[in-house]
Amino acid sequence: MSTAGANIAMQNPQASTSRQPLLSVRGVKTYYGNIIALKGVDMDVNEGEIVTLIGANGAGKSTLMMTIFGNPRAREGTITYQGQDITRMPTHEIARLSIAQSPEGRRIFPRMTVYENLQMGASMNNLQYFDQDLERVCTLFPRLKERLQQRGGTLSGGEQQMLAIARALMSRPKLLLLDEPSLGLAPLIVKQIFQIIKELNERDGMTVFLVEQNAYHALKLAHRGYVMVTGNITMSGTGKDLLNDPQVRAAYLEGGHH
Amino acid sequence: MNAPSITTAAQTQAVTRSFDLNAALKDAFKTTLITLGLSIPILAYRTDQAGADLFLTPRWGLVAIVCAIVFGLRLVLHAFTASRAYGKATPSARQATEAVHATPSAFQHVSRFALPMFLGVALFFPLIIYLIQGGLTESRYWVDLGILILTYVMLGWGLNIVVGLAGLLDLGYVAFYAVGAYTYALLSTTFGLSFWICLPLAGILAAFWGMILGFPVLRLRGDYLAIVTLAFGEIIRLVLINWVDVTGGGAGISSIPRATFFGIPFTAGEGGFAQTFGLEFNSMHRMIFFYYLILALALITNFVTMRLRKLPVGRAWEALREDEIACRSLGINTTNTKLTAFAIGAMFGGFAGSFFAVRQGFVSPESFNFLESAIILAIVVLGGMGSQIGVAIAAIVLVGGPEILRNLTFLQSVFGAGFDPNEYRLLLFGIGMVAMMVWRPRGLISEREPSVILKERKAISGSLVKEGHG
Repeated sequence: MSTAGANIAMQNPQASTSRQPLLSVRGVKTYYGNIIALKGVDMDVNEGEIVTLIGANGAGKSTLMMTIFGNPRAREGTITYQGQDITRMPTHEIARLSIAQSPEGRRIFPRMTVYENLQMGASMNNLQYFDQDLERVCTLFPRLKERLQQRGGTLSGGEQQMLAIARALMSRPKLLLLDEPSLGLAPLIVKQIFQIIKELNERDGMTVFLVEQNAYHALKLAHRGYVMVTGNITMSGTGKDLLNDPQVRAAYLEGGHH
Repeated sequence: MNAPSITTAAQTQAVTRSFDLNAALKDAFKTTLITLGLSIPILAYRTDQAGADLFLTPRWGLVAIVCAIVFGLRLVLHAFTASRAYGKATPSARQATEAVHATPSAFQHVSRFALPMFLGVALFFPLIIYLIQGGLTESRYWVDLGILILTYVMLGWGLNIVVGLAGLLDLGYVAFYAVGAYTYALLSTTFGLSFWICLPLAGILAAFWGMILGFPVLRLRGDYLAIVTLAFGEIIRLVLINWVDVTGGGAGISSIPRATFFGIPFTAGEGGFAQTFGLEFNSMHRMIFFYYLILALALITNFVTMRLRKLPVGRAWEALREDEIACRSLGINTTNTKLTAFAIGAMFGGFAGSFFAVRQGFVSPESFNFLESAIILAIVVLGGMGSQIGVAIAAIVLVGGPEILRNLTFLQSVFGAGFDPNEYRLLLFGIGMVAMMVWRPRGLISEREPSVILKERKAISGSLVKEGHG
C-alpha cells in the first residue's frame, strides 16, 4: 500500500510533502455539553490506505468521525487534511474538500428517488461529471441501477447502505469516511459491501477511513487499524497484527468469525 | 429480483374493478323503502295543537329529503366498500418494494385529467360564469369568489416552497403578505408609483423580510421554528397597528389607487378602458382584469416552483426537508438553502399581498391576523405538502367551501327557517380536518413526484415512506 500511496501522492502536487498523512488528527477533544466524548485522540490516515477504527458501543468512534466533519467541533486539538487545518471549518466546506462521508444510519433521502439521491451527492460538483459517475456507480452497485427510479425509503437496508456509499462516491472524493456500513445487514451483504470497499481502494486508489463494530471483517480488510475505548485510542497497528492480538481477540472477536 | 414479483401475482388474481352498480342500486332502493316505512309513523306527520284540537300536519317533503339522503349514503357506502375491496386485492404501490408499473400513483391519476381540466376551467372561468349567469353584472359574485380562491392558491403555493419543499414550518407567512400589501399601499399613496413598479418592489421587500426572519431561526427546526415564525407574524401585525404615523394604525390605509390596464384606467369617461376598446362601460371589466392578473401571478408562482424543483437549489430544499445532517455532509450550505427558501416563499407572499392591496383599495392590520396564516398553512398541509395540484384543490375546498355553505338554503326546509348553514362552518371545518387525519393523514395528494423522470413516466412505488431518517 505504501507504493500505491506514493504513486498517488506524486500525481497530486497539492499534498505538500509525500510523507505527510492525508488526514491527521492530533489531540482532539470533543464534548457533548459537559460530557467529554473524545479525550485527546491522535490518528493518521495516509493516502491510499484503508484505516479502520474499531471499538465497543459508546467508545466514541462515530463522534470522532463526526468531529472530523466538523459536527460537533473539536474543542481542543487540530484536524489537518492535505496540510490544511479543517478543525474550525463548517461541515459543508469540509465536504467540499473532496472528503465524503457515509454517515451512521445511512441517512439517505427517503422520499427522493435513488437517482435524485445520487444527484444530491454530485451537487457540489454541479453535476459536472454526473453521467460518467452514475455509470461508474451503477457498475459498482448493479442493484442500484435497477432501482434508479425507486424512492430511497423503499430500498432494503443493504441497498440503502449501497446507496449511501454510492451517494458519497458521487462527489469524487479522495477520502471516504464510512460509519458502520455493516450495521444491521445480512452477512452476505456485508461481504459484498466490504468487497466493494476493497475494490474502490485497490482499483481507484481511494483512501478509506472505516468505523466498524464488525471488527473481524474490518481488520481483515484494513491496512491499519485503531482500537478505541471510552474516548481514547488504546491500540494501533496493521490490520493483521490487531487481528492476531490476544487482547483484541478477547474484547472484539469472541463469538467467532463470521 | 429474487423474490417473486408482486405485480405478476396480482395480475393472476382476477378482481373486477367496477363495482356492481345494479346490485348497489337495488340495495340502496331497498334501504330507502325501509326508511320510508319507518318514516310514516315517525316523520310524516306532525301534531300541532290549536286550542283543544290536535291537527296533523303532513311533512312529506321532509320524508322525501330523508329518503334521498339515505339512498345517497347507501350508494356511497357501496362504492366505498367496493373500492376498498379492490384496493386490498391489488398490491398497493406504496407497499411494494419494486416499482409497480401497473397502477399509477394518485398524483398521476389526478394529474392526467385534472391538470388540463383545472387549467381550462381557470382560464375560461369568467366566460363560463358569464354564460351561466347571463350577464357581466350578475357574475360579479362568482368572479369575486374566483379571485379570492386564486389569491389563496397563490399564497398556498408560495408557502409550499417553505413548508412543503424545504420542510420549514412557518406559522407567520401572513407577515409577508402584509409586507407586500403595505408596500404597495404606502408607495402608491405616498409616491404615486404605479402597480407594475410596486409589484416587484413588494416582492423584493417581502423577500428581504423573509431573510431577516430567516437569520435568527436558522438553527431552529420543527416546533421551535413554528413558534418563532408565529411570533414574527404577530410582530409585523403589531407594528402595523402601532406605527400610526406611517401605517395609519388600526384604521389602515384607504383610497389606494386602483390598478390600470397597463396605463388605461377602468373608468367610464374619456380614455377609459371601456371607451378605448369600444365596449360599454361596466365595473366588471376591472374585476375580470383582476381575475386574470391573479391567475397569471399564481401560474408564475407555480411555474417558478416547478422549475426550481429541478434545479440544484430546489433539490437541496427537498433534501433539507428529508435529512439536514446528510445534506451538510454532502457539501450543501444549509444556511443559504434555508434563507433562499424563506426569501423566495416570502417573495410570492409579497406579490400576493400587493395584489390584495390593489384589489381591495384598502389595507388594515385586521386582514393579516393569525387566522390567515393558519388557513394558508391548512391549505398547504391538507393539500399534501409539496404537491402543487393538491394545494390548489385544498384552496378551492377551504376557501370556496364556506361560500357554497352559504348558498345551501334548501337546508332551511329541513332544519327550520332560522337555520344558517354558515354558522356551522367551523364545525364542518373541524369534521373535515378529522376526516382528513383519518383517511389521508399526509394530505390530499401525498405522493411526491420525482423531479427527474427517466425514460418513460411510470408509477413509482413507496411514496408513503417515513420522512426523516431512512
